[in-house]
Order: sequence, then structure tokens, then C-alpha cells
Amino acid sequence: MDSGQARRSVFGEGGDRRWLIASSCVALLVLAPLVSLILIAGRGSGDLWPHILAYVLPQALRDTAVLLLGVGVMVVTLGAGLAWLVTAYEFPGRRLFDWALLLPLATPTYIVAYAYLDLMHPIGPVQTGVRALLGLTDPRALWFPDVRTMTGCILLLSFVLYPYVYLSTRAMFLMQAGSLLEAARTLGASRTRVFFRVALPLARPAIAVGASLALMEALNDIGASEFLGVKTLSVSIYSTWINRSNLPGAAQIALAMLALVVALVLLERWARRRQRYVSQAQRARRAAPLQLTGWRAGLAIALVSTPILIGFILPAGHVANEAFKRVRFAGFSPQIGQEILNTIAIASAATVVAMALGFLVASAARLSRAPLGGALLRASSLGYAAPGTVLAIGLMTPLFALDNIIADTAESLFGISLGLLISGSGAALVYAYVARFLAISAGGVESGLAKLSPSLDHAARMLGQSAGGAMRRVQLPLIRPALGGAALLVFVDCMKELPATLLLRPLNFETLATHLYGEAARGTYEDGAVAATCIVLVGLVPVMMLARLSRRRAFAWDKNAEGAEAMARDLLLVEPAGAPDKPQGKL
Amino acid sequence: MSPEPQVSVRRGAASLDLQNLRQTFGATLAVDDVSLRVEPGEIVCLLGHSGCGKTSLLRIVAGLERPDSGRVLIDGREVVGPDRFTPPEQRGVGMMFQDYALFPHLTIFENVTFGLSKLPAHKARIVAEAQLARVGLLRYSKDYPHMLSGGEQQRVALARAMAPHPGVLLMDEPFSNLDQRMRERIREETASLLREKGATAVVVTHDPEEAMQLADRIALMRAGKIVQMGTAEELYEAPQSLFAARFFCDLNEIDVVALNGRIQTPLGDFDAPAEVEDGPVTLCLRPHGIKLEPFDPSAPPPLTGVLTNRRYLGEDDLRHVQVAGLVAPLRVRGAARWRPEIGESAGLRIDPRQVLVFSRKSV
Repeated sequence: MDSGQARRSVFGEGGDRRWLIASSCVALLVLAPLVSLILIAGRGSGDLWPHILAYVLPQALRDTAVLLLGVGVMVVTLGAGLAWLVTAYEFPGRRLFDWALLLPLATPTYIVAYAYLDLMHPIGPVQTGVRALLGLTDPRALWFPDVRTMTGCILLLSFVLYPYVYLSTRAMFLMQAGSLLEAARTLGASRTRVFFRVALPLARPAIAVGASLALMEALNDIGASEFLGVKTLSVSIYSTWINRSNLPGAAQIALAMLALVVALVLLERWARRRQRYVSQAQRARRAAPLQLTGWRAGLAIALVSTPILIGFILPAGHVANEAFKRVRFAGFSPQIGQEILNTIAIASAATVVAMALGFLVASAARLSRAPLGGALLRASSLGYAAPGTVLAIGLMTPLFALDNIIADTAESLFGISLGLLISGSGAALVYAYVARFLAISAGGVESGLAKLSPSLDHAARMLGQSAGGAMRRVQLPLIRPALGGAALLVFVDCMKELPATLLLRPLNFETLATHLYGEAARGTYEDGAVAATCIVLVGLVPVMMLARLSRRRAFAWDKNAEGAEAMARDLLLVEPAGAPDKPQGKL
Repeated sequence: MSPEPQVSVRRGAASLDLQNLRQTFGATLAVDDVSLRVEPGEIVCLLGHSGCGKTSLLRIVAGLERPDSGRVLIDGREVVGPDRFTPPEQRGVGMMFQDYALFPHLTIFENVTFGLSKLPAHKARIVAEAQLARVGLLRYSKDYPHMLSGGEQQRVALARAMAPHPGVLLMDEPFSNLDQRMRERIREETASLLREKGATAVVVTHDPEEAMQLADRIALMRAGKIVQMGTAEELYEAPQSLFAARFFCDLNEIDVVALNGRIQTPLGDFDAPAEVEDGPVTLCLRPHGIKLEPFDPSAPPPLTGVLTNRRYLGEDDLRHVQVAGLVAPLRVRGAARWRPEIGESAGLRIDPRQVLVFSRKSV
């Protein structure tokens, strides 16, 4: 091939191919559990299937649908409304609220549910306090809304998950060319009309991405729904496997759930169809925010502080307080110490693997001009959309089978008993984490690389470096900050992950998250608060990072992010291109 | 000069009065005590380099910025004053943005009707369609902005701004995003549309040619101040400062000294204008004000030079001529009947009306 010959001499096509092959392997690893899921489900489930079909699935589907609908409406209203409030208006403390609104991201849904169950318990602080105010002594004398309902679940999840919409929409509002809003004003539109006719429709893609991320989290959630008595698909999968040991049944429910995920993804695509929202306005000058004073400023402050209070301060404050009391009363238990070590070990292992593979996939996509590289990158990111339970169910069968083969082989060849090598060592859990969070690491590397001019690659190649050499000596040092950010996010996500951890952890292996789940499920509140506090504290780190980043610059809406709903779930790693946040004034 | 006599001032075209406007951004003084009156139906260009405050001034009129002090009156009605700030949507002012600011999520038709929300739908349709037809884009009604070319987008922006019949139309660098060739044509179309509608318009531009082509009057701005105001002819022929002269013409400048009303230069002696005092002055010669003629050794002309460079520019030639006693060669432009070779000597004839003198104390 003549053209191939010519290219090989300059860019080394053979090298490209190696990158692509490696990248294909990674994509296969991510997709394997989904394929195996379909195979398991196809095997049928014998006697139990009619039961599942008749009693489990309809309710699970209905509950999940109601939950998603409720959470969807709530997060969009809260997220977009708050984003407009902090970008279009100026009021005392706005800069603080601007980032404080991200705080609920640090509290996983199951911790919030755990905290509120305790807070709102008839003898918990809230009801006791209210009764004390009213002078009542009998807990039954006061009717109080029960948090263990669908409504309670929707509200709690929404107040934790709205930051996804807030973050993406706020970035969109910040980067919307001021001239668009100003043009609307000069054409006679009031501020309200500008919001509904111009700002909001333009932010629709951002809202769609944020909402789909929030809904995927809601779908993935297992702790909160279960504690609050909502039987979602996630909960049903878990109980079908754990309580009934029915893997094909769990796989079938998981397939139904996967269908829902696909529907979500399609919905998000549909919302972003047709129009090109990336505005042609290049010199984005921000519209000047309106200064609020008096009662209007007070109202704005009340509006923005409520979600922070409900989604972060109350639950996090409560668990921190309980943890403090616990440690003072019973000391720091060695069990928690061991669990912290377990958590760090398994999350670190997964982070290292995820970063390495993410780097490989993103580099292959950049190095090869072939569309295959990009397609593989997208495929490797699909795991993010798969809820933890779905992924775990899909992984179980092949890994157990593999374990058995290894064990048998070792036994017959060397006469030693290895036991379950993969699942017993936690390798299965690492696999699940990597498959699920590869989107974050690959997305982080990709966005880091996207900012480097291709001529840097070419210059390195012309100066005698191989593709790998250019990566190592030029790109890698340049994208180190992006890598660090991605690694941190992967680590924190692994640490918080609950559903897959519950299903795939080795026997008698507890992490902070599973400990908390165990106590909450038993209804005991001992060291659980300590575990919760640890998770929230670590979860705060990326939120702080995100806050610093988003305060300085708005996140630029990246057209390349299309199809990557998985990508950069926290939108954190896509660093902004423009800086529309700079002060006004220069012409 | 008053507006062109053939302009029929349509009802609704408003007058605009700016009085002592000042605006600071931090430490920078963007608009420094600017006063300006625009008559109904008049087109005024704010001309200046980037950062001179012309866009700030426009945004103050639109209501997108609030000045520190000063007043703005539209048709005698105060919209900005010590105790008043009318929001932009209540001013009856249209604005065309440099980037057009077309709403990307709305069709062309919806963009143009956006400002017509007070009209019933069928009336809004009639008005919008008439506007679109006038700019020749009716058939793109259902398209989205990104499907149109730059020139078409520019015309949609114009149609949208004019649809609500604003009393004053403000345009911020309306042609700067078009390529050179298209700019000429669209500029002409826009100018004739504005004159046809008799609209009062304030146009911001950094291009002197554009200002001369569009404006009834030009306000030349520098560092937040209007340094000279007048018709294109007045500004070109009688610039009151070296800055104004330079803005409109690529001058040959020679630093010399005026003594007793006379200026001696290697190019000969000139009379200093009455308003220029003795002392250091800058003598400016327009490249078009110098003619080259064949050098005749038998009757040498009083002023000669040697051709050092030449460029063929189509309708014009640009030639560099070194004259003894001058540091830099003179730039000479004009249609050339006689084309000397490089190194050849040539006679120079200077048109004294094309010579400008400015005192260097008051640049």
C-alpha cells in the first residue's frame, strides 16, 4: 500500500496498530460483563421467573419510574433555578453560595438517607425538638411526615443529586454570550422572559446532561432506596441474588434496568438534537448580573441556602456529631481502622489500573487517525452508564467460572488449592470499579490531551521520538494536572461505591461503605456514623477542587463530549477553554 | 452639516441626546465627559481605535451599561439621569451586536419576531416577513442561524433589530465579521436600507472608510473623548489634530521647526498655517498629494529624488522616493502614467493643499 508506506515512514503505522489493539482489549473488558449479562439472562431462571415477572418486576419498574420522574423534575428545577440565581443576580454571599451549592456532591445518597432516618426518627433530634417546642411528651401525639416513603426518597435524592444539573447549567449560563441576553433585552424582553425564552432553552443540552447523570445516580442507588423502603430495580436485583440466590433472575431484572439506562441516554441525545447550541458568539462577554438588595436579596439567600442545608449541612453535620460522640464514648474501634485500610487499598488499586487503562485508551484515540480509536474510547466509557448492580451481576458468572478453572488447573497440575483467586482477592471488585469508572480516567486524559496542539505530537515525532516516546516525554508531563484530578475522582468514586462492592467483595471483607450499609440495614447506629464521616470528609476533597476550578472559570461546553454522557461525570475534568468569567470593562 | 436633504424622516425616528456622560471601569476612564446630539434620521458613526470608549458609549445608550454620571435623552425623554435608569427593554432602542447575537435555538423567523411580542401573532408575522423580504432572506425563515452564511446572518441581525421599529438603531461594528469583499456590498445595502427607512442610527466602527461611507456625521473618539465631530469631508480635509489626520490617511511625516510663520524643509519652504505657533511642528504630506514626473537633466525640477521601491497595487501605484536630506523615503501614491525604474531619478511636485502642519506641542 503506497499511502500506507508513506505514512509509516513518518508516523509509524505499526505503532498505531499496537495502540489500537490494546485499546480494543480494554473496550472488550468493559463490555464483557454486559455481554455476559445478556447470556445469563438468556438461560432462563426456571421456577422463579413467573414469580419475578408477576410480583417483583412490575413493582420495581413502577417504583423506579416514579422515582426517576420525581427526581428528574426536582433536580432540573433546583439545578437550573439555582444556577440562574447565582449567575444572573448579585447578592451578599453569592460567591460563597456559588461553590457551597456543590457540597451535597460530597454526601453519597445512602449516607443522606442514613442520616435522615436517624434525624427524623420519632425519638430523633428533629421530632424531639418539635415536640419540646409544642410542649408534647408522647411521641404519638405529634403527626410527622414519614421520611420512609417514595416522596421522602425523591426529596432526599433530589437534594443530593441536583448539583449535577446545577454545575453543568451554571457553566452554560456563564459561558452564554452576554450579547444574546442583551440582544433579548434590547428587543424588549424582561429578565423573566429572557430566562424562559433564551437562557433556559439554550442551556437545554447542559440540563439534559446534568439530569441524565443525576438520574443514573438515582438508578444506581441502592442504599437510600432500600433504607427508605422504595423497591427499585437496583434493590430488586440485589435481593433476588442475595436472598434468593437466583442469578438468572437478577440478570433479567438487570437487563430491564439496562434498557432504562439506554432510554435515558437516548432521551438525553434527543434533547440535544438538531440545533447547534455552541454559539457563534466568540468574544463571550458576560451579561452583568443584577444587584439585589433588601428583601429580594434576603429571599435569594434563603433560596440558595435551603438546598445546602438539606443536602449537606444537616446530614453531614449529624453524622459528624454522632461520630464524635461515638469516638469519645467508645474510642476509635480497630474494626473501623481495618475498614479504612481496606477501603484505601482497594480504591487505590482500582485507581491505578483505571488510570493506566484510561491513558491507554485515550492515547490510542489520539494517536490513530482512524475513527476506530474514538469509537473504542466511547465503548470503554460505557461502563459508567451501567449501574453497579448490573455490572456486578454481569461479572459474577464469568469470574466465578474463571476462578473454578484456575482452581481446578492448579489442583490437578500442582496439587495445591488456590481457592477462589479472583473473587477472593478482591480482583473482581477492582475489575468492577475499573469498568465502571474508566470513563472518568479516560475522559480526564482525553480532555487533557485535547488542549495540546497536535503539532506538539508532530514536532516530537519529527525529532525522532516514537509514538510512545512522544507520549512519555511530551504529553504526559503536560497533562499531569488533568491526570491528578482524574485519579482523585476515580479514587473517591471507588471509595463511595456501594452496590457493586456489596455484591463482589470477598467474604468478610468490609469497606467503610459496606459497614455503613450493614448497620443501617440492621438499624444500629454504632460505628456507622464514623464510617459515614470518613466518606464525607474524603468526598469533600474533589468538591473543593471542583469549586475552586469552577469559581475561576466556567466549564466550556465541549461538542466533543457528545455521546459521552459517561464522560467526566462530574464535568470536572473538562477544563474550560474560554474565560468568560473575567471582569467586565475592557472593550 | 445637517442630514442629507433627500432623507424623508419617518415618524418614529427619534433624536438622541448624550450629555456629559462619564463611565469608569476600575481605574480606566472609558467614557470621559462625552456630549453628542443625533438628529432624527441622522446616521452618526463613532470612530476610533479599539479601547477608545466607543462601544461603552453605545452600551450606555442601549441601557446595557450604567454611566457614572451624565444624561441620555431619547426624543427629549430622559432614560438615563442622576435618578433614572430605564432598563433596555423599555427604551425603544434597537441594537445590532458585533457577533450578531442571533438566538441559535430559534429559527430566523422566530429571531425576527422575538422583539414583536407585543403585537398579535398575525401582525408580527406580517412585520417580520416584510423585514425578511427587505433583506432578501424570506426563504430562509424556517432555517436556524448556523445554517446561514456570515453575510446572511448579518442581514438577519439587521432585520431583527429593525423589526420593532426602534426610535434609535445602535450598531456595534456591524460589518467586522464579514470578509473584505462582502463587507463592501453589505455596507452599501445597509446604508441604503437605513436611509430608506430614515432611521436614526449610531454606528460604532474602527474603519474610517466605513465611517465615511455610512455616516452623515462622524464622531472621532480617543481615550474616552470625542476629539472631532463633523462630516467625512470636514474630518478628512480639515483634521484638527495629527491624530485625526493620521486616522484618515497614511501620512508622510517630517519633524521640523516653524520660525516666523515659515517652515524650511528639504522639500522646500512652506507657510505655516495661522493657528500654528512657532516651534517644533510635524509636516504631513499625503501620499496622493505628491506627483512624480520624468527627470529632465536639461531643465532640472526644483525637487528631485531617487526611486527606491515600487509596488503595483492595481488602480494605484505605491512608490518610495528618497529625497536628499530626509531620513526615510517619501511614500507616493497615485495612478501613474510614467513608471520609472528603481534607481532612476524623478522630479517631485507637491500639492500645497495636501500639506498639513501640526504643532508638536499639542499632539
